Amino acid sequence: MMRKDLDIIHNWIAPSTRVLDLGCGDGALLERLGKEKQVGGYGLEIDPEEIQKCVERGVNVVEQNLDNGLKNFADQSFDTVVMTQALQTLRFPHLVVEEMLRVGRECIITFPNFGQWKARWHLAVSGRMPVSDLLPYEWYDTPNIHFCTFKDFEVLCREHSWKILHRQVVSESPVSGVLKDFLPNLFGETAIYHLTR
Amino acid sequence: MRKILTTEAQPPQKGKPTGLPANSVGIVEPQSHTFPGPFKLACGRVLDEYTLVYETYGTLNADKSNGVLICHALSGHHHAAGYHSENDKRPGWWDHYIGPGKPIDTDKFFVVALNNLGGCHGSTGPTSINPETGKPWGPDFPPLRARDWVHSQAQLADHLGIQQWAAVVGGSLGGMQAMRWALEYPERLRHCVVIASAMKLSAQNIAFNETARQAITSDPDFRDGRYLEQETLPRHGLAVARMIGHITYLSDDGLGKKFGRELRSGTFEQGVEELVEFQVQSYLRYQGDTFSSSFDPNTYILMTRALDYFDLAREYEDDPVKAFSNARCKFFLVSFTSDWRFAPERSREIADALMHANIPVSYAEVESPMGHDAFLLPNARYENLFAAYMNNVAREENGVQSAGKKSEVPA
Repeated sequence: MMRKDLDIIHNWIAPSTRVLDLGCGDGALLERLGKEKQVGGYGLEIDPEEIQKCVERGVNVVEQNLDNGLKNFADQSFDTVVMTQALQTLRFPHLVVEEMLRVGRECIITFPNFGQWKARWHLAVSGRMPVSDLLPYEWYDTPNIHFCTFKDFEVLCREHSWKILHRQVVSESPVSGVLKDFLPNLFGETAIYHLTR
Repeated sequence: MRKILTTEAQPPQKGKPTGLPANSVGIVEPQSHTFPGPFKLACGRVLDEYTLVYETYGTLNADKSNGVLICHALSGHHHAAGYHSENDKRPGWWDHYIGPGKPIDTDKFFVVALNNLGGCHGSTGPTSINPETGKPWGPDFPPLRARDWVHSQAQLADHLGIQQWAAVVGGSLGGMQAMRWALEYPERLRHCVVIASAMKLSAQNIAFNETARQAITSDPDFRDGRYLEQETLPRHGLAVARMIGHITYLSDDGLGKKFGRELRSGTFEQGVEELVEFQVQSYLRYQGDTFSSSFDPNTYILMTRALDYFDLAREYEDDPVKAFSNARCKFFLVSFTSDWRFAPERSREIADALMHANIPVSYAEVESPMGHDAFLLPNARYENLFAAYMNNVAREENGVQSAGKKSEVPA
């Protein structure tokens, strides 16, 4: 099933444009963009199993570690650079966003909200780092090394003068789905930001 | 040396003798075709005619759109898959990847493997007779470049009635030919598969090649390359050349795992004067000796020179992006982590240039301790990726057929 955040990204990307998808996973987004919107481009991925799935789907995938930067891409060589649910796994997330805005005219970033009530509740009540369905790792083996909340990310955008074109919050549960509109940082599970310089 | 002169492509024999693996293409028979010249070479010289020896596996479909060309590397030849007889100890050099149900699936594709021009396995080369002198060409055989091979392969495609390859595939020097195909004949291939290759050799690579050539030419039996006329053979020089090459095809780690410091004979015991021989010594000598009894020294010099000369972007203002802008096919690239002769970095350069040129490309860096040789050897990840990619090539092929059109727009 398509994750909700991918639906929204799909809507934000204009037809027949060129996309670079960082940490493209199994290539579902690129495949759909290619088929439905004639969007071309490449996915970057380091997980061999995900790369295999991309090749099976016929999605262009290039094995590349994002922590080594995007030096091999020219300035403004893509219309949109996308990164879904990978920001929190990076060694220097802010530098990668800078790079995304150098390589692409716009960028779309999604990340899990660490400020969501479940995470806050977990930490407040049990006194231990949150483990949930969405973030099923223990603190010591998690690939997610840089968690942030929506508020944290907005501060980062302000400090770097990145312009927010769109922001949206999604939540899988129906109750949070209503409440997230009023208190996004408390009820939103996933944030989706559309940025430009 | 094998030379069977048939002019028409023949389907491979169906019945597989018992004893051969079920997923083998079975018994295969080399064919050859002589192409009338004049065939102009990159060096400016002209061949009046030339012969290519080749094998085919699988069946060419009705609209001749399922052809896959295999370009061989430095010491390769036309025998890429299957067996020449039931008693053959070893199958062709890429048998692991070509056959029914294998990544290059002969149930789906019509696979063509040839011995390149300048080779020593039956195609016209330094061991052939120079029609002008009636003697073997030897060192007088014109120097060749990858583009000469590509142009002669295109003539072979014409001969087989193949207007457009489903894919041109090659590892190492073979990958260089595949890339050259994409630039010289952009409309004649839909996919370009480049494995463990590079857009040009590094200085270190050229240095290794030069050392190998010096080993051959400094053998007293080399006789300025006229050893065939003088009935000698610089066997020792060629063996040393191969030993040098072989070391560079393996990794330090791979050699260590295979041989370590194990002894074949002798002892380290004090007071005993018996020189030791390490296993790796005898292995390398065996490799050298086997090779020198089956390969022509002049061909080895010719092939390594062609490697040195190759520079994909030379006539595109040294700009790989500009070079690849001419390509119309999709690319699939693979490199291997421990390959230091054609390091992953070289493949990444190809991927980068292709992405800059907005050409469809997928690239994977496969974990392997086997060095450059990994492209010939079993490896689960490599096999799965290769199979998945080729499966799409075949599926697309079916789609193209049912849609009744040949061209396609790159993504």
